[in-house]
Amino acid sequence: METLIQQFINGLVIGSVYALIALGYTMVYGILGLINFAHGDVLMVGALVALQTMLFLMGMAPGMSPLVMLAIALAVAMVICMLLGFTMERLAYRRLRNAPRLAPLITAIGVSFLLQTLAMIIWGRNYHTFPQLLSTTPLQPIPGVFVTPVQIAIVVVSALLMVGLLLLVNRTRIGRAMRATAENHRVASLMGVDTNAVIALTFVIGAALAAVAGVMFASNYGIAHYGMGFMPGLKAFTAAVLGGIGNLGGAMLGGVVLGLVESFGAGYIEHLTFGFLNSSYQDIFAFIILGLVLIFRPTGLLGERVSDRA
Amino acid sequence: MNELVAAVPWLGKRNPTAARWLIILVAIAAPFIAWQFGRSWVRILDFALLYMMLALGLNLVVGFAGLLDLGYIAFYAVGAYTFAFLASPHFDVHLPFWVILPLGAAFAALAGVMLGFPVLRLRGDYLAIVTLGFGEIVRIFMLNLNYPVNITNGPQGINMIDPINLFGWDLSRNIRIGEDFTIHSLFLYYYFFLAAVVASIIFIQRLQISRIGRAWAAMRDDELAAKAIGINTRDMKLLAFALGATFGGVAGALFGAFQGFVSPESFSLMESIAVLTMVVFGGMGNLAGAVVGAFVLALLPELLRDVAVPLQQTLFGHVLLDPEVLRMLLLSLAMILMMLLRPAGMIPARARYCHDHHLSHHLNNTPKREAAK
Amino acid sequence: MKRTVVAVALMSIGLSAAQAQEVVVKLGGAAPLTGNQSHLGKDLENGTRLAIEEANAKGVTIGGKKVKFELVGEDDQADPRTGTTVAQRLVDAGVKGVIGHLNSGTSIPASRIYDQAGIPQVSPASTNPKLTLQNFSGVFRTIANDVQQGTGLGKYATGALGAKRVAIIDDRTAYGQGLADETAKAVKESGGEVVAREFTTDKATDFNAILTKIRATNPEVVFYGGMDAQAGPMVRQMKQLGITAKFLTGDGGCSPEMIKLAGDGMSSSAYCSMPGLPLEKMPGGADFRERYKKRFNADVQVYAPYAYDAAMAIITAMQKADSVEPSKYLPELKKSNFPGVIGNVSFDANGDIKEGAVTIYNFKDGAWVPL
Repeated sequence: METLIQQFINGLVIGSVYALIALGYTMVYGILGLINFAHGDVLMVGALVALQTMLFLMGMAPGMSPLVMLAIALAVAMVICMLLGFTMERLAYRRLRNAPRLAPLITAIGVSFLLQTLAMIIWGRNYHTFPQLLSTTPLQPIPGVFVTPVQIAIVVVSALLMVGLLLLVNRTRIGRAMRATAENHRVASLMGVDTNAVIALTFVIGAALAAVAGVMFASNYGIAHYGMGFMPGLKAFTAAVLGGIGNLGGAMLGGVVLGLVESFGAGYIEHLTFGFLNSSYQDIFAFIILGLVLIFRPTGLLGERVSDRA
Repeated sequence: MNELVAAVPWLGKRNPTAARWLIILVAIAAPFIAWQFGRSWVRILDFALLYMMLALGLNLVVGFAGLLDLGYIAFYAVGAYTFAFLASPHFDVHLPFWVILPLGAAFAALAGVMLGFPVLRLRGDYLAIVTLGFGEIVRIFMLNLNYPVNITNGPQGINMIDPINLFGWDLSRNIRIGEDFTIHSLFLYYYFFLAAVVASIIFIQRLQISRIGRAWAAMRDDELAAKAIGINTRDMKLLAFALGATFGGVAGALFGAFQGFVSPESFSLMESIAVLTMVVFGGMGNLAGAVVGAFVLALLPELLRDVAVPLQQTLFGHVLLDPEVLRMLLLSLAMILMMLLRPAGMIPARARYCHDHHLSHHLNNTPKREAAK
Repeated sequence: MKRTVVAVALMSIGLSAAQAQEVVVKLGGAAPLTGNQSHLGKDLENGTRLAIEEANAKGVTIGGKKVKFELVGEDDQADPRTGTTVAQRLVDAGVKGVIGHLNSGTSIPASRIYDQAGIPQVSPASTNPKLTLQNFSGVFRTIANDVQQGTGLGKYATGALGAKRVAIIDDRTAYGQGLADETAKAVKESGGEVVAREFTTDKATDFNAILTKIRATNPEVVFYGGMDAQAGPMVRQMKQLGITAKFLTGDGGCSPEMIKLAGDGMSSSAYCSMPGLPLEKMPGGADFRERYKKRFNADVQVYAPYAYDAAMAIITAMQKADSVEPSKYLPELKKSNFPGVIGNVSFDANGDIKEGAVTIYNFKDGAWVPL
């Protein structure tokens, strides 16, 4: 029983991170119909920038309270990532908005690898230790079940950010402009919406969320390196599709479900397949789910039918 | 071939016959030129030919049929592992080369159809990401199928694969003529791979102007319209996947025999991306583009390694950017800049199904007429 | 202008006259000199260089002629395909013997090319057992292989650590899986039980799911076959999940990097192993450390002494056979038997070093301490 609950917690924590990244994918896809492959790598940049800021602050003001330091590092990471998101959209994607459909996708793959390579040049190939500013000493809410304060913070922060984003999209003027642009660019611009600004804003918000996800990811595992964003990025995309791409609530649901599937999958697949498959297949669950969803329920759990849109 | 000829700078348009002979001459003389810089360059040329085959096959899927496949390396893996299973001490089976090659191609084609069926309805970016997943799934299975029954030997890979043997003629042995004249095995492989690439080019060229090639072009440009004029898009897509995969499988089998060792790490996502970049760089939907893209992007990192590392050492005293970083930088920048500045690639594809003279006539006339309107 | 040309021409004649009395013999060195393992690759190359320079300084005469050894160093980037290209380059350069490569993944495909060219290869660092089991007559290594290390680890878990229940994880690389399998075998043979066999990848960061599963089986020792980049976070996550079992890993995790990445997860219940003796316990260790430091102004990382002895084995064999030709000196290389830096250097029938030692280290006061 403890094992079951523990696996649930493991899945919930990693799922929350996936959900947060998936929001960025789903927003951009909803508006542009573009899979921004480089989104996962923005997460990596966020984590490494936060790391650099913390190391700098530790050198400059050793007595600073850890929470303040974390807040500053997070803010710097968010700003840098927002700039990065803006630049990507402006330099690479905007010019390809009316190009043949393969062009933006190939560019996005290129941007993803370019970000990884640049990070490799700046920060090297080694894994870096990410400072532990929040306590990682485990608590035992139920005997035999362990949770660290960082993990609790991840779930809470993710939930808050999602609610915030939902409010932004559904209750504000900007949100209405975003929804209108997603519905139809041309009509929206006829109605007086500055669609270019809205698209840029979408990238910027997505990048900020990725930065937060990156800092949470790095604090949870205590490490950061140039390739850390790619796999979570792919999985978060799967989560977005699973939930129904273009649908914010779906992205969250998809993220959490994927986290749980991975966690329970790795934990129980050996029993389920009578020892034929084992935890070495952990990384293929996401891809199998992706394939199955797109084939059998292209609308995802909560979304509209989109598999023909390209 | 005509596209390649036309791609030769300056000469191609003025004197196509001379350009044709120039290409043939260069292709034959290349290993002798490379030999002057060391045998390793002949080996690099051999690998470049394999990449060419991969690029040609992927071009069929991406360029001709418009299906973006990010897991193409999986078929290469299928071919390589088929060869490894059937010609190594691993299962202690040693079938002749001519038996394994069609089998490798057939298994790869089968894998292509297996991938093709479920993704028939998907287009564009969804297709890309599902094929990416497919590539990873294949790699993960190769990595893990050593338990409970040892099939692939897991991460250890399969070693001691038999070399290519053409009717009792072992390509891995140097040929000795007289006392001091030998033809090195790397040359034999080069010409054998060259023959394979030439055969592929001829085949694809015929295919391109056939009914199938035209159907693909129609499907790529507008799937709905293609359906409306009676093209069976389902069969055409499956055929594209299967044929593309076949080239990957053949290249993989040759790779396994040439290298003598296969392990899952040779079939990573990065390799899929590298082959895609070659196609994109050269020009999608264009034979010459795939050939030139593969040639340039397979050789450039090796050149960089020879030039950039010593250069950095003399300039800065130590190596700032190591060759692997340079390769990644090169590939990613090639992808982005090509798409932004020259989306049709180094050698843009021309219309795929009519003869050159029709085409040039057509191209010369249309814009004027449009402008006149 | 003309005068300089004449002067240069004269100088080159003078040089070739001097060289006539001295035969230059090239030896190849191959290791990753760029990328994230470059520090280990450099270490290997420096060890080889030191051996060659010392031999040259001492003066070696083979076949009646004075011999000057020259190192041809190549960068294999720890990549199998680059490894074969580099091997071809060394063969091109006409080397008479090769000291390298670092990684088993590059050594194995490269060994085929050396074998075809008839050039002996002595690896000071590749530990995969398969390297010497390919029926190539000219492949040797001066470091204990993974069978020797895995056996040592397995026996240590059941013996000194007194564990009956052992959980084993590997990272699905050739190295990690090989070591984990050998360790599992040794655990079973020495009366222990493998209660869980789990897997991750060499790029993973989250091990919570498999560790939770392992926790349910109550192991006394958790063994990980893989590298420090995963071992570090794994130890942290064990602590966060309340797993109190001892942690044991191979040479991939036996680094200062691992201690850094594990952060507060490290405790005295973490152990690791390294093939060979620690430098200070090697017969020629202390002296070697000083010579190395003096020449390169750097500390020995890991492989330098093994590379030094690998080069010495080739040079000694050449002297005994009185020939630099591989076909002539190979029989002598097989019969090698001399006191090296790492201990006595002699090879078994496969080409593995005899009596390859394995040392276990324990985490104490912020560092790995040999037991």
